[in-house]
This record gives sequence, structure tokens and C-alpha cells, in this order.
Amino acid sequence: MRFLTSKRRHKAAKPVLLALALLLTGLLYAAMSPAARVSADTGNSALVAEGDGLFKVACASCHGLNGEGGTQGPSLIGVGAASVDFQVTTGRMPAARPGAQLPRKTNTYTAEEIEALMAYVATLGPGPARPAPAQYDPAGLTEEEIARGGELFRTNCSACHNFEGAGGALPNGKYALPLKGISGEHIWEALRTGPQQMPVFNASALPDEDVRAIVGYLEELHATPSSGLSFGGLGPVAEGFFAWVVGIGSLVLFSVWIAAKGARAK
Amino acid sequence: MAEPTTVSSTSPALDVKTPEQPAGINKLAGPATWVDDRLPLASMFKYKNKANFYVKKVFPDHWSFLLGEIALYSFIILLLTGIFLTIWFKPSMAEIEYEGSYQLMRGLPMSEAFASTLALSFDIRGGLLVRQIHHWAAMLFVASATIHMLRVFFTGAFRKPRELNWLIGVGMFSMSLIEGFAGYSLPDDLLSGTGLRFVDGLIRSIPLIGTWAEFFIFGGEFPGDLVIARLYMVHILLVPALLLGLVVAHLALVIYHKHTHYPGPGRTDRNVVGYPFFPIYVAKAGGFFFIVFGVSILMGATMSINPVWKFGPYNPAQVTAGSQPDWYMGWVEGAIRIMPNWEWHLAGTTWSWNVVLPGMGLMGLLFGVLGAYPFIEAWITGDKNEHHVLDRPRNVPNRTGLGVAGMTMYSMFWLAGGNDILATQFKLSLNQVTEFMRIAVFVAPVIAFLITKRICLSLQRADAERVLHGSESGVIERAPDGSYSEAHVPITNDEAFTLTQHEQYPALQAGPSLDANGVRNKGKGVSALRARASRWYFGQEITKPTAAEIEQAKHHADEDESTKALGH
Ligand code: HEC
Ligand code: HEC
Ligand code: HEM
Repeated sequence: MRFLTSKRRHKAAKPVLLALALLLTGLLYAAMSPAARVSADTGNSALVAEGDGLFKVACASCHGLNGEGGTQGPSLIGVGAASVDFQVTTGRMPAARPGAQLPRKTNTYTAEEIEALMAYVATLGPGPARPAPAQYDPAGLTEEEIARGGELFRTNCSACHNFEGAGGALPNGKYALPLKGISGEHIWEALRTGPQQMPVFNASALPDEDVRAIVGYLEELHATPSSGLSFGGLGPVAEGFFAWVVGIGSLVLFSVWIAAKGARAK
Repeated sequence: MAEPTTVSSTSPALDVKTPEQPAGINKLAGPATWVDDRLPLASMFKYKNKANFYVKKVFPDHWSFLLGEIALYSFIILLLTGIFLTIWFKPSMAEIEYEGSYQLMRGLPMSEAFASTLALSFDIRGGLLVRQIHHWAAMLFVASATIHMLRVFFTGAFRKPRELNWLIGVGMFSMSLIEGFAGYSLPDDLLSGTGLRFVDGLIRSIPLIGTWAEFFIFGGEFPGDLVIARLYMVHILLVPALLLGLVVAHLALVIYHKHTHYPGPGRTDRNVVGYPFFPIYVAKAGGFFFIVFGVSILMGATMSINPVWKFGPYNPAQVTAGSQPDWYMGWVEGAIRIMPNWEWHLAGTTWSWNVVLPGMGLMGLLFGVLGAYPFIEAWITGDKNEHHVLDRPRNVPNRTGLGVAGMTMYSMFWLAGGNDILATQFKLSLNQVTEFMRIAVFVAPVIAFLITKRICLSLQRADAERVLHGSESGVIERAPDGSYSEAHVPITNDEAFTLTQHEQYPALQAGPSLDANGVRNKGKGVSALRARASRWYFGQEITKPTAAEIEQAKHHADEDESTKALGH
């Protein structure tokens, strides 16, 4: 205590205190806002170096040597590890040829390589980190909360992804993908990073509880048995098609059969 | 003093009557006799009786005559399954919190109509099955009515004396669309609510009275809280009653006019060749009813339709990708999807043609053209005869061509209604599909008309060829000079009759434009326009071989045979 009281009026006291306060706020902020966690910790330097190497080989041609962006690809500064995880594990990156929309492909990277790429891109600037399971896992939600997830899904997502998550068309050859079988982690990452035509839903628009509810709803919806063949959730167009092909088709065949049966009348 | 009345000892009232004792086996026939004493049933089945006129009515046999029956039976299935649904369905838009057993809707606010549809689907035994049968039967009802109508069109069965029955058919067709739409809207789910919103837009697009009409129908601004109850009345009372009445009139007219038959030996405009209604058609038709019922049940049991629990309750703030109506409204949806954005802005008012033209205009056009067609054709051909023998579509190339053109146009609008599904399923661009359809709805029908007409004319030519030169025998002969030829076998007289029985009419000639006194001949005779239409209609027909030509061809063939024997 003596030390504090004696040095209280020292020239450097004010700046040091200010720095300490800033550090404290920063730490608190980092702890409380997981989405913006900065994963630039120095213990990762080997990983970052490996990521840098991978990046130079496969990504720099489009995204620039330091991820600053170029004519072929956007800047990756501040996109965060979540974006890298989403883009690379779903095979979108490295992109092949430009088209209306970069497609999903099979991912050729190992988990460690992706880890390294994430670590490297995270050093470029703060952005959403890879989520912890507690942020997307619907375990523990009540039925009412999951039903509310359905309402959230229909309000925010079904306009592009269809009521059942079967996907839908967007203008100019673009499309919203089907959501069946997409992991909760990828749903969270897609929402927070907004790949291509998809808007970003940040934590103030759709908090993590809401994301969990949506994930829970989609999981249960897709696990619910359908009331018969459901034609990929395409709705009335598919139903009409089958009414004609199966219904009218078979009844016309029956008509031909009945008319061809000779009458045994006296 | 009053005279004593004479009392008769022989009054029949005093007779003690013992009822006739039926013999042993007659006991079994008791109920039948009871009925027979009161209703003329048995005598209906006896020949030479006035009532058996109906029972012994002759119907010709052809698969295409069963298409209308599919429509009739699916209508009956709709009535039966619909009654089941009315027991549980609540046509109310009052908002409640869902407490039923479908967990993914637990606690959500929704209308009673939607909640009762969920209850039908999940809590009432057999409810989901009946709902699905009802909906599939509705799809089959409109579809079978459509193909039945196409059969009548392409075979010319709408000609005199059946024009009125054609009009009744057009009426039923338009009403079935309203019936289907009203039913589709009842569950008050997200898709049907979106469909209702679409119709709300259609109504509002009517110039001048649009907003007023919307307020009248919805009892205020969309969605209001009484449209479901009103649609329910339309769906279970108004339209079914009208449909039922029209169905009865339709069938009565079929019996009155007698059924048409396809051309063939012994078949004329003055007879019907076929089997009696009883017992042959009762058995066939009865059996067919069960087949249609069976197919509907199988579809209901194995194929999901309108899974409203996936759409969720209607909420005007939501709209989903893949929002489409049932197939029979798809062409209107398509027309609106591809319509360019045409609007007038006049003195601060907006006239938006982009909805009223493709929506109201197109529906009016379809039903107007359908209703008017028999009269337009009669006007062009000047044909006032009764027809009971059907046309073979190839012998009326222009009608067949127009029919196929109409179907093509309808299909293009239809495809446009699913432009987003086409885009996602076939990896196409939504914009390109839309732009393609804008052109295709006009160009494709013209191409279809030209191709169909060509095909008809070639088929006519092939028929004439066959009548004159017989059918190919498949036997190739080599002549001594080295040339090859295929022997032809003459066709039977029956077949030759079928191929040549059709009338070929001369085109109408325009009358003189001035009458004998030099006064303009208005309203009398054939106008120049009508003569031109008639020339176009009959213009390129292939003249069928005359009897003399056939005779000559036969003669020629015989000669061929004899010359061949001499080494030709
Ligand atoms: C052929 C060029 C190309 C290559 C190679 C490529 N990318 Fe991309 N990348 C793009 C384009 C273009 C986009 C923008 C896509 C869009 O949003 O329309 C993009 C977007 C991204 C995004 C999303 C940015 C955001 O805003 O969230 C990430 C992350 C990314 N790339 C990472 C990578 C990584 C990691 C690699 C190497 C494994 C890579 N990319 C290789 C072209 C490329
Ligand atoms: C404006 C339209 C739009 C809306 C609204 C939208 N998305 Fe998307 N979504 C897209 C598009 C387009 C893609 C494809 C992006 C790509 O391929 O990079 C996509 C992709 C996704 C993916 C990745 C799928 C995959 O196969 O990798 C997920 C997960 C996803 N969306 C979830 C959602 C959720 C959950 C919502 C609602 C909260 C939502 N989206 C709202 C347009 C949309
Ligand atoms: C004649 C042609 C008819 C057609 C084309 C038709 C069509 C339809 C359609 C498409 C639906 C939506 C069904 C669903 O998915 O739930 C429906 C619902 C319904 N129909 Fe019909 N229907 C017809 C006749 C009838 C009749 C005659 C009745 C009653 C007597 C009836 C009673 C009902 C009821 C109560 C519903 C609501 C049920 C529900 O919410 O699931 N329908 N109808």
C-alpha cells in the first residue's frame, strides 16, 4: 500500500493506469463477447506460420499475399476464423473458376491444415472465431423454444431457403442451398459471416440462443417422418407433377384396360 | 223418421281377408317384393318397358370415354372425404395458442382454422389420411376434368347438338378452380395465406373498383378475420351445390343426346353402337369407381401432400421460397411471374396493368375462348348438321392445331409458374428462365400449331395412300430386271370405310355485297371475313379418295398381279 500511495503522484501513473484500464476492458470485452474473440495468441506462432505457408500456395493468388484482397478475391482482413472454417470445410475455398456463385465442393484439406489457415487469417484482423458448441448446440432447449426457432426460421430464412430448408432460386443464376444435413456449427458460421448472397445475421440481430433454436428446429424438422413421399420439399409444383404422372397416368392406363376388356353380355 | 239404412252383408270391408302365403323360397324374396310393389325397379330391367329405356341405354366402348368418369368419381370421393373433414375443421380466424401434439408448433399463436387442421393431421385417427386423400382427389378432379375436356375438344364432340353440354362443362371447369382454391385456403397456413394474398392482389388490381371489392370480400383490409369463414361457406356449400347441380344436368344431357361414337363400319350419325348400360356398364363403371377410389387412397397413403405443419401458420410478415398454388392455378401464377412491370401514372393515380392483365385478363380469356369455340367453329364452317360420329383429330387439322397451340400456351404459363423450381432443379438462371418464357408463351404455340397441322395433313395423306394402295406387306420382291418393290396387301373394306367416312366440306363462299336492287347486303349471306376464315379452315385438306378412285386402284392392283406373272 505504501508503494501505491508514494508512487501515486508519479509522472507515469496516469498513463499506466489508463493502459491498465484499457487492458482490463479489452480482456473483459474479449471474455464476454465470444463472437469477436481475437485468436492472435503468440503460442500459436508455429500454426500461424504453417497457415501462412498454405495461404501463399493456395489462396494468395486471389486474396493477395497478405490477405489484403485483389481483383480475384476480397480482402480477408477481419473476416475471422469462422469464415475460413466455413469456406474451407464446405469446399468453397479455394475457389476454382468464377461463376454466378462459387459452389460447395469436397474439401481436400485436413483438419490441421484448416486449423492453421484459420490461425493465420485470424492474425490479419479481429473477426468471429470458430464457435464453441454452447453457441450452436440445441441440447437442453425446451419444445417451446424449438417451436420458436421454427418461427424464427420462417421469418428470417425461409424466403431464400424454403419452408423446409429445401433451398430456392435467387436472381441471376444464384441459389440458396438446401439446409438438410448441415451441421449446427456451419449454420452458426454461415449466419455470422454471410457467405456470398447470404446476408450477415450478427449477434444483435440473432443472438446465439436464437441460432440454437433454429438449429434445433431444423434438426427436429428433418428428423420428423414425412407423411409419405415428400418429393424433396418442393411443395405444390412437385405435387402437381405427381398428380398428373402417377394419378392421371395410372387412371388412364386403367381406362384403357377396362375399355379393352370384352363384354360378356347376352 | 229416418229410414233405416240398408246394411249390406257383402261389403268388401266385412270380408275376412287372409294374406296370400308366400311359398317357401319366396320368403327370401320378401324385401325385394316389398320394394318392387312400391318402386318400378324390377320392371326397369325388363325389355319392352318404358322405364328400361334408361337402363338399356347403349354406351359405346372407348377408353377416352372414361376420362369424364374419373372426374365424376373423384368428385364423389371429394364429397365423402370432405364430409369427414367438416366434422373436425373449425373455420375460424380467432387467434389461439397451440397446445396440440405436434411439438414443433408448441405454444405458437395461430388461427383456430390452422390449429384444427393440425389436429386433423396429428390427433384425429385417420385424419391425415383423409386430408391427403381429399387433396389428391381434388388434384385428380381438376386434372381429369381437363383431359376429359381436351378429349371432347379434339374429337369435335362439342358440335351440334352438344354445345350446351360443352358450356355446362366450361362452367364446371371454372367452378372447380374456385372450389379448389377455396379449399386450399381453408387451413390458413403460410402457403395458402400467401396464395390468398396473391388473390387479394388480383382483386385489388381491378381498375376503379379494386379496393372496394377487396374490402367487400375480406370485410376490411387483408387478411381481416372473416375470410376463412366465407371461403368455408363457398367451399362446402355454394360451389359444391352448384357443381352437383351442373353434374346432374351434364349427365342428363349425355343421356338425352346419347353418347357419341368413333367412326367405324355400321356407325352413323343416326345410331349408337355399344353395350347396354345395364348390366355391362354398371359393372364396368362400378368397378372403375373403386379403382379411382383405390388410386386416391393409395396416393393419400403413400404420398405426402400439403404438409401444412411444415409451412407454419399464416403470418403476413413471412413468405417462403417455393410458394406456389396447386397446379390448376399455376398458369395464372406463371403469367404474373413473367409479366413485365407495366404501369400508368395518370394525374396522381396508378393503373397497374402488370397484375390485372395476366391475372384477370388471362382467366377471362381462357374461359371466354373455351365457351365461344363451338360457336366460332360453326360460324367458320357453316355446318348446321347434327353430329354423333366423332372426328378423328387428323381430319380436322386446324382445330387440332389450335387445340395443341392452346395446350402449349397453357403449359408455357404453367412452367413459368414454377420458374424458381426449374432454376434450382436444372441449374438454370431464374432471370433467363423468366425471359425465355416471356417469348415462349407467344412463339411456342405458333410452332406447335404449324407442326401439329403438318402432322395431321401427313396422316391424312398416309390414310389416302393406304386406302388406295393397301398396307405394306413387309415382303420385298425383286423383279427380273433387278428392281425391288414391296408388295402391298389391300386393306379390309371395314378399314377403308373408317378411313374415308368423314365428310369434307367446301369452304363458304362470300355472297354478293350488293343485292339485286343494288342495296348493300348487310347481315345477309356470307360476309367476306367469314368466307376468308372458312377458306383458311378448309384450305389445305387432303381430298380423300373417292369411291371411283378406290375402284380404279383395286383394278390397277389386280392388273399388277397379272402383269407380274408375265414378268412385268
Ligand atoms: C480463384 C480465386 C480464389 C482462391 C484461390 C481462393 N479464394 Fe477465397 N474467395 C474468393 C472469392 C471471389 C471470394 C468472395 C466470394 C463472395 O462472397 O462472393 C472469396 C471469399 C473467401 C472468404 C470469405 C470472406 C468473407 O467475406 O467472409 C474466405 C474466408 C476465403 N475466401 C478464404 C480462402 C482461403 C482460405 C483460400 C485458400 C485455401 C481461398 N479463399 C482461396 C476467391 C478465391
Ligand atoms: C437473402 C437470402 C438468404 C437468407 C434470408 C438466408 N440465407 Fe442462408 N444462404 C443464402 C445463400 C445464397 C447461400 C449460399 C451461399 C454460398 O454458397 O456461399 C446460403 C447458405 C447458407 C448456409 C450454408 C449451406 C451450405 O450448404 O453450406 C446455411 C447453413 C444457411 N444459409 C443458413 C441460413 C439461415 C439459418 C438463415 C436464417 C437465419 C439464412 N440462411 C437466411 C441465402 C440466404
Ligand atoms: C368438388 C371439388 C372439391 C375440391 C376441388 C376440393 C378441394 C380441396 C382442397 C385442395 C383442400 C385443401 C385440403 C388440405 O390440404 O387440407 C380442401 C379442404 C377441405 N375441403 Fe374440399 N374440395 C372439394 C369438395 C369438398 C366438399 C364437397 C366438401 C364438404 C362437403 C369439402 C370439405 C373440405 C374441408 C372441410 C376442407 C378443410 C380440411 C382441412 O383443413 O384439411 N370439400 N378441399
